[in-house]
Amino acid sequence: MTNAWTDIKNTDLVIVMGGNAAEAHPCGFKWVTEAKAHRGAKLIVVDPRFTRTASVADYYAPVRPGSDIAFLMGVIRYCIENDRVQWEYVRNYTNAALLVQEGFGWKDGLFDGYDPEKRAYDMDGWDYQRDDEGYALTDPTLQDPNCVWNLLKKHVDVYTPDFVADVCGTPKDRYLKICEMIAECSAPDRVMTSMYALGWTQHSKGAQNIRGMAMLQLILGNIGMPGGGVNALRGHSNIQGLTDIGLLSHTIPGYLSMPKDDEVDFETFMSTKLNKPTQRGQTSFWQNYRKFMVSFQKAMWGDAATAENDWAYDYLPKLDVPYYDILRFFDMMSKGQVNLYFCQGFNPLMSFPNRAKLTEALSKLKLLVVMDPLQTETAHFWENHGPFNDVDPAQIATEVLELPTTCFAEDEGATVNSGRWLQWHWPGATPPGQAKPDTWILSNVFLRVKELYRTEGGPFPDPILNLTWDYEDPYEPTPAELAKEMNGRALSTLYDPTDPAKVLVEAGQQLPNFAVMRDDGSTMSGCWIYAGSWTEDGNMMARRDNSDPGDVGLFLNWTFAWPANRRILYNRASADLAGKPWDPARKLLEWDGERWTGYDVPDISPTAKPGEVMPFIMTDEGVGRLFSRKGLKDGPFPTHMEPFESPVPNALNASLRGNPVARVFSNDLEQMAGIADPDFPCVGTTYRLTEHFHYWTKHSRVNAVLQPEFFVEISEELAAEKGIRKGGQVRVWSKRGEVFAKAVVTKRIRPMLVGGKSIHVIGIPIHWGFMGAARKGYSANTLTPFVGDANIDTPEFKAFLVNIEAAEKGPLA
Amino acid sequence: MARRKFSAPGDEIETRHPVIVNRYRGFTRVNHWITAACMIVLLLSGFSLFHPDLFFLTKLFGGGQNTRWLHPIVGVVLFFSFVGLFVQMWRLNLPRKEDVEWTANLPELVLKGDESKMPELGKYNAGQKVVFWGMSVMIVVLIVSGVMIWEQFFPKLVPIPVRRIAVAVHAFAAFAVILIFIMHVYAAFWARGTISAMTRGTVTGGWAFKHHRKWLRELAGRSDGGSAK
Amino acid sequence: MTDRAPQPLTAAANPPVQPLESNLLPSDVVRVSATKDVPKPDRQLTEVAKLIDVSKCIGCKACQSACIEWNDTHPTVEENVGVYENPHDLTPDMFTLMRFTEYENPETNELEWLIRKDGCMHCEDPGCLKACPAPGAIVQYSNGIVDFIHENCIGCGYCVTGCPFDIPRISKTDHKSYKCTLCSDRVAMGQGPACAKACPTQCITFGPKEEMKKHAEERIEDLKSRGFEHAGLYDPQGVGGTHVMYVLHHADKPSLYAGLPDEPAISPLVREWKGPAKTVGLAAIGLAAVGAALHGLFGRALEVTEHEEEEAQELVDETTPGAPADKGDA
Repeated sequence: MTNAWTDIKNTDLVIVMGGNAAEAHPCGFKWVTEAKAHRGAKLIVVDPRFTRTASVADYYAPVRPGSDIAFLMGVIRYCIENDRVQWEYVRNYTNAALLVQEGFGWKDGLFDGYDPEKRAYDMDGWDYQRDDEGYALTDPTLQDPNCVWNLLKKHVDVYTPDFVADVCGTPKDRYLKICEMIAECSAPDRVMTSMYALGWTQHSKGAQNIRGMAMLQLILGNIGMPGGGVNALRGHSNIQGLTDIGLLSHTIPGYLSMPKDDEVDFETFMSTKLNKPTQRGQTSFWQNYRKFMVSFQKAMWGDAATAENDWAYDYLPKLDVPYYDILRFFDMMSKGQVNLYFCQGFNPLMSFPNRAKLTEALSKLKLLVVMDPLQTETAHFWENHGPFNDVDPAQIATEVLELPTTCFAEDEGATVNSGRWLQWHWPGATPPGQAKPDTWILSNVFLRVKELYRTEGGPFPDPILNLTWDYEDPYEPTPAELAKEMNGRALSTLYDPTDPAKVLVEAGQQLPNFAVMRDDGSTMSGCWIYAGSWTEDGNMMARRDNSDPGDVGLFLNWTFAWPANRRILYNRASADLAGKPWDPARKLLEWDGERWTGYDVPDISPTAKPGEVMPFIMTDEGVGRLFSRKGLKDGPFPTHMEPFESPVPNALNASLRGNPVARVFSNDLEQMAGIADPDFPCVGTTYRLTEHFHYWTKHSRVNAVLQPEFFVEISEELAAEKGIRKGGQVRVWSKRGEVFAKAVVTKRIRPMLVGGKSIHVIGIPIHWGFMGAARKGYSANTLTPFVGDANIDTPEFKAFLVNIEAAEKGPLA
Repeated sequence: MARRKFSAPGDEIETRHPVIVNRYRGFTRVNHWITAACMIVLLLSGFSLFHPDLFFLTKLFGGGQNTRWLHPIVGVVLFFSFVGLFVQMWRLNLPRKEDVEWTANLPELVLKGDESKMPELGKYNAGQKVVFWGMSVMIVVLIVSGVMIWEQFFPKLVPIPVRRIAVAVHAFAAFAVILIFIMHVYAAFWARGTISAMTRGTVTGGWAFKHHRKWLRELAGRSDGGSAK
Repeated sequence: MTDRAPQPLTAAANPPVQPLESNLLPSDVVRVSATKDVPKPDRQLTEVAKLIDVSKCIGCKACQSACIEWNDTHPTVEENVGVYENPHDLTPDMFTLMRFTEYENPETNELEWLIRKDGCMHCEDPGCLKACPAPGAIVQYSNGIVDFIHENCIGCGYCVTGCPFDIPRISKTDHKSYKCTLCSDRVAMGQGPACAKACPTQCITFGPKEEMKKHAEERIEDLKSRGFEHAGLYDPQGVGGTHVMYVLHHADKPSLYAGLPDEPAISPLVREWKGPAKTVGLAAIGLAAVGAALHGLFGRALEVTEHEEEEAQELVDETTPGAPADKGDA
């Protein structure tokens, strides 16, 4: 989230697209209710299904799964065509005026420089024209045909209302009504917020869906505004925290990059990180990268990380591929390249695509260790559960160890919410049986492994032997110790660089923020963005002061938000070039002539003069990017791409299949339906229901009562066509497998007219399996294709092809 | 053997000196008393659930919960028991022309105890027939409406609006049954010599002569009517 | 008098944590089933109400889950029968239920998914209480809460018959009637109902009825501004008003919401059956009995005379076939 949950109450218009906030985030959704009730805000829902969110919306429109980019580019086109643009914002706070290199082009759904062999673009041309000092050339009049604005105009030209209606299956009148409602928010005193979740990420072009909205919000001047922003609703409790501290295989804590094979030493590694500003006078905050990186290395290896040994850079693993995401990992597993899989708090057998492949992969392991509070399907993948897990245990040699862990309510620590708030919590219950905290288990494993390295040696024992492990009880580090370590402390006394006599932080003290971090080894911090969460004043995450000066919904003394307790990112952009709030009624920050004052922690140097230093300090341009230079593999602008399994050919280029630069493993492509495959005429889409949380709550009887059994949702039209009755059994199958389910026949799903043909959508909720209190059921991931987003490889769960038939004699009771 | 027109099988003159007439066989008497016992249980339990002031009656059955399950079960027993009586008695309770005359002279009977103007009757007079048919109809109404409101076993049998009609009808039918019951019991006492018909099974010749002369006549005229020892 | 917990203004307020005495006492009862002459309490509690703003409800079932948890009930894990209602109906273990209706509004051509939390309405004039034959099984407190006192319940199901909203359910296990208590136990401790506490969108609010009505006014105004010209409060006067009220977008057609009664009232049948009929019936029966007794006392019994015995003897002797005048020496 750029903003905070509580800030949503400040909005005038909520658009929920690519998510179903009421269903999947009911507690956060209260702020939408609040905005509606007390600000008169409107709510728009764009979704393939009329969801629970739609049930309280002011306006709803259907959209075909996987066609969101066309919709969003269409809205941008509408805003440009109808001059509904926050011009002052766009001119000053975006890269609209920057000139892109000659030769950048786009044709037939592809950017120039596509190499079908490598499934990659040549990204060299995706850059600005520069002057001799390397600064980007600009045309503030926006006349130059190569300025970003004109390129964008040209790029979105194809997304006419007719095109959008035809591709998205959204009735044109509904689409235009939504365009109109959104466009109103280009006024400086009208703000729209976007709430999205997996409905946008779980596509082979997920990142581009989100880019589309980010661009639209820039054009409307809504980034940095109270009640605005692009708000990712994180699903799993603390998935935000997990991402922060390096969940992804190519990041280390604080969104720093994991080194690659070709970054042979620290300087090579750093050479691509310290982004020089591309416009004069800009902050380009990542120039501080080295401080964070060195502090991280010092947190990891303490005295063993020295300037002489490149801060123990060699201790870090180096990636030989872009990243070891779970799809790649399971692909390797299925090829027998993995021996041991430590599966911690995760149920991949249910959560990742193409279940048959997952079972095959797990069967090839030598050892599977599952750490979980629950008996997961993954831990029991080898058990025969009739049609619900039809395996032969005699054929599976994998040894499985289940290590019971504590559940979130049984331990202490911080959970990071979607709004980046680190909220400390305390145990509410005693762990059952032999359940142990994950930290206890991992510490014990680590100390035993370390002992083996110490006694037996090994090819490179140093990173293990030198790892900082200075906890009072090494076998069970406390959450407080870990939290303090992540915040970081001064290793020697820190003096003010401008006044060497002034002590900033005494040696050994907790760091007050990341601004004091050093790249000379005098500070350590396990996760730089968490600096300030546990200072000398104590545990900031445990604060519970709900006062809210100015009634802006920020609650600065409630817990701690990264970075620097800032509640709205890019908040400098809530004020105009002179530093006055765009909307006086929504004051967040103001330039008082000397410094930035207001209700939030400024997302800019407090003394950075307005008009000189631009608001987007994390970009090297200092402005928001309508054109993303080399950020995403699939293009500087989002372009319409069909899902890998699509019911219609790509309207821009019939020969394109899916995202042209997404990684696909060859044998997986064979298991995908063809474009407009007559054997699989329906679009399947998976989703969550409010009654359940993933595959956990089916273990809870109460939740099982509220939604007991696996079902699929279909339209009345499809039910009539296929002779399916309400509550009857159906068989749904894709090229990868079949499931049997109960049918919920509903008016909330309607066939859509796409490319001149009527397309049926089948809704497939994900929550059932063969363990737990709910009825045993098939799992949705039996059907889904093994392919992910081009940039981050989030699997394409939201759009794929299936077929359906009535199956009254199916295996369900 | 003469056809029985006014009497039931088993009706016979038991002794001729003095005349003692067998009015009800043992089976019938048992049948009657089961029905009667059920009726009393149902009355008491029904009353206890009908009016709050009578709720204390539930103590007779071990409390409200017991009363609640007992009442409908006894109702079913009564129903089948009454079916037994019905099968035995319905034929002789069919109306006859003399019933009209009897009814016309009823006020004399009730007010003055003067039976002299009454016609000769078979086994039952019009009053008894009213009791019989009244009971028959009301018991059917009670069992049907009762099942409809029998929460324990038939909670979903009828929709709630129908259930509301059923409780009202059940209460009304019970009311009617109680009135008939009072009439029945009272008449049994009023007409002295009646009760022995259901206790010992016999009545005196004089009783039969006075109230049911045609019945007596038929029994006397039967060859087996005098099979007395 | 000890300090008691204040009545909560909203359910969102955090409950007090110190031990408290119950704020609902037997002496606060204003009506008791099958009981006349309930003494008038010496204090009048503020009337409370739960307001369910259907237009804010997202159908998440948190209320159902909170209800199960708080009341420690154990509903069965049923199967899917093609609908979102689970359990499929109110049960003795499920006091509240989200009911989902897909409605195509003919005026706007928009699909509306109307989601209503069903459960006891806590009528001012409760049909269940009226119908109940067991003294003390159903009580109404002066704050409006209608509660079932299970130790007095006999399981007859008359409350089911009496309720205009089809709410009470009789347990097959203990044969007692169950329904929403408006969390009388929580309210007694100064807290709001569990469902209101759990409701993420504050679609369920709880507090003094007058305040809830004012809150409803605001909500209705908002709904009218969004084009729901018939938005309104559901506080049906046919049952004297209710202590659970709805804000409806279509207050002119409550039955759109999964059959919420348009004009609920205690059925005249039930009213009669439990009202005049009782007295009249009992009186009539009493009269009949007394009449019979009086007749027995003062009227002439129908005695069989000696003469009639003789005549009978004669008749028998004469009409016996075969052997006339067998004067039988018995």
